[in-house]
This record gives sequence, C-alpha cells and structure tokens, in this order.
Amino acid sequence: MTTIAPEETAAREAVFDATVAADERIEPRDWMPDAYRSTLVRQIAQHAHSEIIGMQPEGNWITRAPSLRRKAILMAKVQDEAGHGLYLYSAAETLGTGRDELLDKLHSGRQKYSSIFNYPTLTWADVGAVGWLVDGAAITNQVPLCRCSYGPYARAMVRICKEESFHQRQGYELLLTLSRGTEAQHAMAQDAVNRWWWPSLMMFGPPDDESSHSAQSMAWKIKRHSNDELRQRFVDICVPQAEALGLTLPDPDLTWNDERGHWDFGPIDWAEFREVLKGNGPCNEQRINRRRQAHEEGAWVREAAAAHAAKHGEATR
Amino acid sequence: MTTPHPAEAPAPTADTSARPADWPLWEVFVRSRRGLSHTHAGSLHAPDAAMALRNARDLYTRRSEGVSIWVVPSAEVTASSPDEKDSFFEPAGDKPYRHPTFYEIPDGVHHL
Repeated sequence: MTTIAPEETAAREAVFDATVAADERIEPRDWMPDAYRSTLVRQIAQHAHSEIIGMQPEGNWITRAPSLRRKAILMAKVQDEAGHGLYLYSAAETLGTGRDELLDKLHSGRQKYSSIFNYPTLTWADVGAVGWLVDGAAITNQVPLCRCSYGPYARAMVRICKEESFHQRQGYELLLTLSRGTEAQHAMAQDAVNRWWWPSLMMFGPPDDESSHSAQSMAWKIKRHSNDELRQRFVDICVPQAEALGLTLPDPDLTWNDERGHWDFGPIDWAEFREVLKGNGPCNEQRINRRRQAHEEGAWVREAAAAHAAKHGEATR
Repeated sequence: MTTPHPAEAPAPTADTSARPADWPLWEVFVRSRRGLSHTHAGSLHAPDAAMALRNARDLYTRRSEGVSIWVVPSAEVTASSPDEKDSFFEPAGDKPYRHPTFYEIPDGVHHL
C-alpha cells in the first residue's frame, strides 16, 4: 500500500461515515476503516463456514429419507446450503480475502462456524426440527442483514433469505406430519423439538451485556438489532407455531407477559454454549474431520479441472 | 481516465502470497427472461469458461431465475475508480436541461 497523508485519511473516513449515516451502501472499492473490513471478513467467513458445515447434519439423512418426495426436498435444501456458502465466500472475497484462505482457516480451526451444527441429528424428526427452529433462528438473524451497510453482503443475504424460507417451511411441514402421525411419530417429533429448542436460542449469541462485538457492529450498521432483541422476536414467533404443531417447547418458565407484550422464557445454559464453542460439543471433531476429508477427496477433481483448462488454453491466470 | 480494476474484486494490491492459487474468479450475469438485459448476479470460481457457465447455472439459477447466462473473467472488467467519483461524473451534474422536467409547458398542452 502507498502511504496516505493523515488529512486524506480523515477526509475518506468522513465520506465513509456520511455514507453509512445516510443508510447508503459501502461498496468493495470504497475506502473503509481496517476494523470495518476485518469485522466483516470475520462475520461473513463464520457465516459461510456455517452454511458449508451445516450441510452435514442434514446430509446425514438423505439416504434414509422416508419417501422420494422428502428425499428430493432434502437434497435441494442441502444443495442450497452449499450455494449459500459460495455466495458468502464471494462476498468475503470482495474484501480481499480469498476462498482458499478462508477454507484453510476453517480446516485448521482458526475460524469458527455456528455452534449449532455441533449437535447431532439423531432421528428423522431432527431434520424437521432443524428446518423449523435452526433455519427459523437463522432467518430471524438474517433478515435484518439484508440491510447491512456492506453492499455485497446485503445482496447475498437477500438471495439467501428468499431461499431459506422454503427450508423453514419444509421442516415445519415435516414436523406437522409426524406430530399428526402415530403416537411413536408424535413422540419422535416432540423429542427432536426438546433437543433443538435451547441450542436454537443460543444461535443469537451471548446476552447483550456480554456481547463483545455488538456495539461497534451496530454503529457501522452491519448489525441492526441486538442479540437479545432478535432472540425475543424468535421466541414470540415460535410459541404459536409450536401450538399449531401440537408440540410443546421444553421451557416451564415460558409465560405470556402482558406488560412487556412478549413471552418470558427461562434462563439459557450459557455454560453449555461456551463448552460447545470451545470444541467440546457432541460433534465438533466429527464435523471438522468430515469437512477436511471431503476437501482432500475432492483434490483430484480440482486438479483434473485445472489440467483440462490448461490443456485447452483457457486458464486466464 | 479510468484505471483497470475488477468491478467487485479487491484492487490488485491485495495479498497474493505463496498460497496455492484458487481457480480464477468470474463475474456472472443472468438474463431473467426474454426482453430484459443481463444483470450482475454475483461471482464464482471456475477453472475455465465452460465450467464457469455450468457452475453459474447451478449456483445462480436453481429456481429458474434465468434463460441466459454470461460469465466474464473478473480480471477483464475495467471499472471507474471510486476515488475520481466527483470529477469523473461531474460533467453531467450541471445539465438539468437534459431532463424533460426542466421545461415549463402551459396547462392544457397535451402529448408533449
């Protein structure tokens, strides 16, 4: 980089601040503070990795889907997750960090993915609970990101949110079918909801007073709502949906608070969240090993494609 | 004058250290239906143009969003620089007479 005079930096910073304040978008080649860039790369990378790792818990059930209809739906959903990962790696790339570098960091554990994917999908009903609750929480988080101040990220999120809506609805429909099925099927649906409810609430991140990046991200309009605000919104949405399913949510403290106009809910086990985050969840090791293995086993495909391109003189760099 | 830079990709001063090179980056443009222009949909990596087209189909038209796709190597896109925003686009700034609303027409005059 060439050195820039301090007054020029100040002028550029003023343009950046004014653009964000006017609710306009920052685009890739605009000047931006280094910390804004690195915050975005960290967040987009974590998000992209989550989409890619998120293919595993559900991919696990493709071969055992109970009907051709369910199997086709599940394959389409898992394929979407791969697509979402790629949209996001592209968005990160506009900030100067390439996909290969981000994948390296995922594989070596230097970057994280959402903790939720370190829980196992034990039964077919888990596919439904993941669609309804995990994708539902993701959508609640992601809809405000469609207005994120960074243009390429916001555009990727618009596309992702449109596609996620099918993910959530297929999960809900799956659970509804089980819930209205035999006694054993109903119990299976209830068990899946019991196991996925609390981890889904943890997806919104630590409480506001413990969230280290929140204030700055809100000021930069990367983030539009606080963790607790989004978590409450999700709980309020889910309670009537669970009722319509004929299933209960595993929280004895769940009560309507007339004064607040929201559902009160019980305390979240943040010790569990931190353990899973540290790598001690049920599937952390399995997920990352599977990802590395898939990458290594795909090496010959990448090499063959590159060799083919070179032979036909089309490799441009 | 404009300087050559990829439209969305970072300026070439970005880190290009000794990592194994990823496939080149391609910009994808999709025509959503006949009668409309191709619109930028996003970007992707591919070893060559044929694979870029196939990847673009899988990545950007999974729900029949397109009837035609263009892929262009990102490195081949020449873009105006945001730094020269003011001077580069200035000539149009003081010419409101290029818009029909600039002109006052008496009430009752139609088809104008």
